[in-house]
Amino acid sequence: MKPALKALMRAMICGQLWLAPVVLAVIETYEFSSPDLELRYHQLSQELRCPKCQNQNIADSNAPIARDLRVVLYEQLEQGATDDEILAFMVARYGEFVRYRPGVDRNTVLLWAAPGLLLTLGAVGLLFHFRQRPSARSTDLTEAEQAEITRLLGELRD
Amino acid sequence: MQAKKFIPLVAFAVLAGLLFRGLSIDPTELPAARLGQPFPDFAQTELISGRQISVSALAERPALVNVWATWCYSCRVEHPYLLTLAEQGVPIYGLNYKDEPVKAREWLAQLGDPYQLNVSDVEGSVGLDLGVYGAPETYVLDAAGHIAHRHVGVLDEAVFKRDFSRWFPAVAPPAVAAGPESGQ
Repeated sequence: MKPALKALMRAMICGQLWLAPVVLAVIETYEFSSPDLELRYHQLSQELRCPKCQNQNIADSNAPIARDLRVVLYEQLEQGATDDEILAFMVARYGEFVRYRPGVDRNTVLLWAAPGLLLTLGAVGLLFHFRQRPSARSTDLTEAEQAEITRLLGELRD
Repeated sequence: MQAKKFIPLVAFAVLAGLLFRGLSIDPTELPAARLGQPFPDFAQTELISGRQISVSALAERPALVNVWATWCYSCRVEHPYLLTLAEQGVPIYGLNYKDEPVKAREWLAQLGDPYQLNVSDVEGSVGLDLGVYGAPETYVLDAAGHIAHRHVGVLDEAVFKRDFSRWFPAVAPPAVAAGPESGQ
């Protein structure tokens, strides 16, 4: 009984693995001349934003314009265009909007700098917070509490 | 410190200001990447005559370039206004975008033809070069043949007076700058 069950499960898993490429092929019907192009296709189609549906990349979107852009992307890859050339082509037509990672320019500099700025602001805030209230941390402990802490720290060290 | 008490209030005010500004921003309105550039060249057939045309066919300027298709409901909505504009002497070129030429010709025969000519863009390649992401879209081609303005969505009289009259002062005099005396 048990070996039979195992064999069944193995067959099921193998069956799924065997099916997987077929299922993918239904979603993406492009045939690439090299696996490298296919990889770049997936990377770029996930980085390009659909101009119509806005919060989807062109890989996920069913909008006609997204389909058109996927065709263009495929053709340009097969023609040997570099990633930069393809992105420049898209940006020339649809603006920096089509890139989920837009280039740094006057409009996007705040966007790019914001995480660093906020992190710095937070660090400075914390620094001030702890500097100004040293008394808040040095609450008096009873001797028993102090002894308990020393004992626990000693336990951790062992 | 007294000033410290106001930090939350100031933070709230800034946030509220940003959110309020956000209410009046339309996220579907994209900045046109082609503004100020010459209209991209193309080699397509003209919808009615079937002759080969390029960008040099868009000779009468300033003009409108209207992106339309029979599958586009809003195009039907704006069509009567395009007819009015054509009657008033605005040159309008059509870009029949990803459409079936037969249906498009039927449409023009039934509803009237406001266009000087129509670029038949069955594949959508001219639209792609132009940065079109839907229909209707209407572009202004200025006297030098550059793309001067893009409007996404239905073109009506209010939009034309507000955004287009600069290039067509004879048709619609620019709306008087907002002021107490402008309401007639």
